[in-house]
Amino acid sequence: MFTAQEYARPATLAEAYALNQRRGNTIIGGGGWLRMGRQRFHTLIDLSGLGLDNIKEEDGRFTLGAMVTLRQMELDRGLAGAFGPLFVDMAKHIVGIQFRNRATLGGSLAARFGFSDVLTCLLALDCEVELAGAGTVPLPRYAQMPYDRDVLARVILHKNGRRAAYESTLITHTDIPVLTCAASALGDSLRVVIGARPGRASALDGLSLADGPERAAQAAREYFSFGSNMRASAQYRRHLAGVLAARAVRRLQEVNP
Amino acid sequence: MGYVNSRIRKKDAMGLVTGKPVYTSDLISKNALVVKLLRSPHAHALVERIDTKAALLIPGVVAVYTWEDVPRSRFTTAGQTYPEPSPYDRLILDRRLRCAGDPVAIVAAESQEAALKALRLIKVDYQVLEPLLDFTQALDNPILVHPEEDFRPLCPVGADNRRNLCSASSFETGDVEEVFAKCDLVLERTYRTKANNQAMMETFRTYSYLDEYGRLTVVSSTQVPFHVRRILSNALEIPKAQIRVIKPRIGGGFGAKQSVVSEQFSAFVTLKTGRPACIIYTREESMTNGSPRHQMELRARIGADREGLIRAIDLYALSNAGAYGDHGPTTIGLAGHKSLSLYGGLEAARFTCDVVYTNTMGAGAYRGYGATQGIFAVESAVNEVAAALNLDPCTIREKNMVAQGQTMPTYYNEPCNSCALDRCMARAKELMDWERKYPARKLDNGHIRAVGVAMSMQGSGISGVDIASVEIRLGDGGFYTLLVGCTDMGTGCDTILAQMAADCLDCSIDQIAVRGVDTDQSPYDTGSYASSTTYVTGMAVVKTCQELREKILAAGARLLGVSPERAEFDGGRVFLPADGREVSLTAIGEAGVMGDSRALSATQAHSSPISPPPFMVGMAEIDLDPDTGEVDVVDYVAVVDCGTVVNPNLATVQTEGGIAQGIGMALYEDIQYSPQGQPRNNSFLQYKIPTRLDLGKIRVAFESSYEPTGPFGAKSIGELVINTPAPAIANAVANATGLFFRELPIKAEDIALGLARRDGG
Amino acid sequence: MNITVTINGTRHTGEVLPDLPLLDFLRGQGCLSVKRGCETSNCGLCTVWLDGAPVLSCGVLAVQADGRAITTLEGLQEEAAQFGAFLADEGGEQCGFCAPGLIMTVLAMARELDDPGEDEIRAYLAGNLCRCSGYQSQLRAIQKYLAWRKEER
Repeated sequence: MFTAQEYARPATLAEAYALNQRRGNTIIGGGGWLRMGRQRFHTLIDLSGLGLDNIKEEDGRFTLGAMVTLRQMELDRGLAGAFGPLFVDMAKHIVGIQFRNRATLGGSLAARFGFSDVLTCLLALDCEVELAGAGTVPLPRYAQMPYDRDVLARVILHKNGRRAAYESTLITHTDIPVLTCAASALGDSLRVVIGARPGRASALDGLSLADGPERAAQAAREYFSFGSNMRASAQYRRHLAGVLAARAVRRLQEVNP
Repeated sequence: MGYVNSRIRKKDAMGLVTGKPVYTSDLISKNALVVKLLRSPHAHALVERIDTKAALLIPGVVAVYTWEDVPRSRFTTAGQTYPEPSPYDRLILDRRLRCAGDPVAIVAAESQEAALKALRLIKVDYQVLEPLLDFTQALDNPILVHPEEDFRPLCPVGADNRRNLCSASSFETGDVEEVFAKCDLVLERTYRTKANNQAMMETFRTYSYLDEYGRLTVVSSTQVPFHVRRILSNALEIPKAQIRVIKPRIGGGFGAKQSVVSEQFSAFVTLKTGRPACIIYTREESMTNGSPRHQMELRARIGADREGLIRAIDLYALSNAGAYGDHGPTTIGLAGHKSLSLYGGLEAARFTCDVVYTNTMGAGAYRGYGATQGIFAVESAVNEVAAALNLDPCTIREKNMVAQGQTMPTYYNEPCNSCALDRCMARAKELMDWERKYPARKLDNGHIRAVGVAMSMQGSGISGVDIASVEIRLGDGGFYTLLVGCTDMGTGCDTILAQMAADCLDCSIDQIAVRGVDTDQSPYDTGSYASSTTYVTGMAVVKTCQELREKILAAGARLLGVSPERAEFDGGRVFLPADGREVSLTAIGEAGVMGDSRALSATQAHSSPISPPPFMVGMAEIDLDPDTGEVDVVDYVAVVDCGTVVNPNLATVQTEGGIAQGIGMALYEDIQYSPQGQPRNNSFLQYKIPTRLDLGKIRVAFESSYEPTGPFGAKSIGELVINTPAPAIANAVANATGLFFRELPIKAEDIALGLARRDGG
Repeated sequence: MNITVTINGTRHTGEVLPDLPLLDFLRGQGCLSVKRGCETSNCGLCTVWLDGAPVLSCGVLAVQADGRAITTLEGLQEEAAQFGAFLADEGGEQCGFCAPGLIMTVLAMARELDDPGEDEIRAYLAGNLCRCSGYQSQLRAIQKYLAWRKEER
């Protein structure tokens, strides 16, 4: 369990940003993962007073506040209308509904954990993140950035006709994943994202949906790097990357655009 | 009659489901000191120097104790009857640290914050030693885990601390080598099982205080209150008379709480400070310094003839005690006795074993207690013999299983008085639709459905050792108080014993108040372990009721002014069949508390010279994804012979829960260490027990035999039910893939890569 | 910090440290049904409702609950006994240590989902671990409770 001296619930994003510049301060998000560390913080910054807890759909894009919970994403009708079961598939294995009622989108992305289902899923779509300091940054770039003291405020998700399918393998059904995979297609242009390698998720673009699942599987096995940890060996992850990529692509082919 | 064999609600059920504060941590007084342990970061080290000055300066820190402050008598924390077979190899705090997490210092503080701060400020200089982590290299290794001069085995268990040997033994019936020489097939295979954590929802915890008489009172989540009293007396070097142990409701045990894990620390602080104190283990502490199942490597040799008649089995087991020898010498025995004895026609059998010390987490007692490991090996090997002979694995068992009326030479020559294993097998085949499903079929989605089978047995108490006493009092309202020393840990034994008492006394179960356990007030019981409670304590209940009935009859007859021979007791009254005169039970109860009469009570003890095995057949149906290697147990059929089923609800849930734990052991629970010996599975995040999404159907049925030495014909059930999933699932995986997995857990990774290798991928 | 929370319908004001988990705050307020089973948000034992939604009270700070309404099993005694009776009739409560968290989630599910099937029930309750029961008896009890509840309405 972490410790902290102070707690702040800023009223503006600027205030939150200013507070977060001090070393030793941290944004708490849902608080679920943070608790597992034994860090000692000065001030905990709670973004719940900033109105960042809703999902808006306008002008061909979704805007999701950083404090939107994973449960909200999984139940949102707008997201389901645009992306089908994608967000349910992404979220359903994450611990349990009590956890997902608190775990936030912002926290999931900002942590950029290797095993993040959320990062894997959103990398398959066309997203930007809105940072209080640095402004709008494409998600793929944000995913590779080193940790800094900026504040993630919103995620902008473009509704541009891209379709995606999500697959993951876990040891038990609510464990953190052994491997995550999302595949998406815009027309024939196919993207495959692999996460929990166990490193951070990253995307492979420029594939062709028409080339089919086996080609995507081969590309996934060859393109990404894999490592070993408690849950699996690099060899198994490489094997799974092909299996899951093929499955995701097969699902994209089954559903007509 | 009417309560035994009926679905009675547990007496404490409504209290538990409405969240009443009935567990150890709900009972702690607000002024109790918080006790925390500084734990060793090293798997093997000596404390060179320890500086507690800075920690003691933290406001709220009351005391910090080190190895120099604790008593010097070695003891065991294994909850067993004295003289314990487990060697006396521990101190409360030792200068030598034998596994990662071994306690280095005890902190007592007014608050958790202060205690945690103090832990950070204790400065320790360690002399880090090379750890001995591989138990297959432990015997006669130059690294000694217990080099101490005062290492002390109380029993001749073959312990030799100069060889890292906690225990060694063997037995043989017939001449194994001679029979092997005559067999058509002798198959030799090696099987490996890992340690497993019991993972009960309530971690280890203890609350202690000095009562109004100045005696040490210990409220603890334990399965063995009377053993706790003795162990604390040994550890603290104070007389047993100075100690009282109370067991409130327990949040699960499964054997974990058959060891003293947290009690000594809280009790020591209370003795030293005179203050109430409590220790609540974190999940991390429970996972990394608990009392898990012994890791084992087992080499099985099975000799059979062409028709599948099993003629001889030779089993060698190597067991990893870890840092301390708790339950080491005893668990290993079950690996042999309870696996070999499943087969009744053996011409010869041999069991040899070594239990070794290493610098890994000290093991303890976990449901199944060695039988689980032995049965995994023998049942898996029998399945491999069946495959080699092209036999259905059910058929080979039907040809060889132990039967009622036999004597069991590998089970202390005990008689097999009651056994419905044959009926269990027939019923399981029918429920599973085995003939249709065996061995496997491919589904449209590419997955493979396959079935597998295994048998299991356990004991019912420890023969000639376990003892249970019971007292029943008749109160002045005509109700009974049933005092027991066994420990209901959620299993429902308080209710089961009340069911038996109600039937023996011909009364309503609501007329029986159950009370356990307080060592000052409860009659002696060795405790709830070794599947003893229903069988041993149950029999004590039956005997006690018998005695009490006679006393009630005599008292009633006296009130009626006749001799007892002329009167009868029907549970509600004592009456005279001749003329219909009667006196009610209430009146007899009331008469006992006035004038020169005395309240009626009876007490009887019971111990059994034999430990009748319950039996079962388990069948798993799995769905295997050959691409990812993932295995889902979609259906599990368990058919159990536990003798008379005292409470079908509770026996069913025991079985379902045991199967679930067995599935966890078979597929998910995977204890790993870093190269330096730090345990990696320190949480529910890293030690994966099955969730409800991981289990398919579990279907339970009973095929009862009647055990003549048991209460109402009952035998045990609690441990038996954990043993079949691992071998049955391994069998199903083999039937699905043709690959035999001989190491637990069976991982999706190994299946997928094994198949890819086989198919040239 | 000073916070005001409503616990089971009653307003409480108190001084708390910024890093105090809601779980410990609630136990300190006498809500002893709330249990701790882990430190990693994995077990579900500490489930309470925050403004009606089930959350893990180990993962919420007391300060984050300022101005909000918390419900524990102490505040749902009648419903706990109603569902609990079905659980007791299956023998499914066993050691009982996970029961309060389980029941909080079951009662939330009964409000949130209309007539859930077996798979929906398993999914909704996936975050509640139990080591005693193997979950089967819990499922039987939940299905019987939901059927009874439907009839009562």
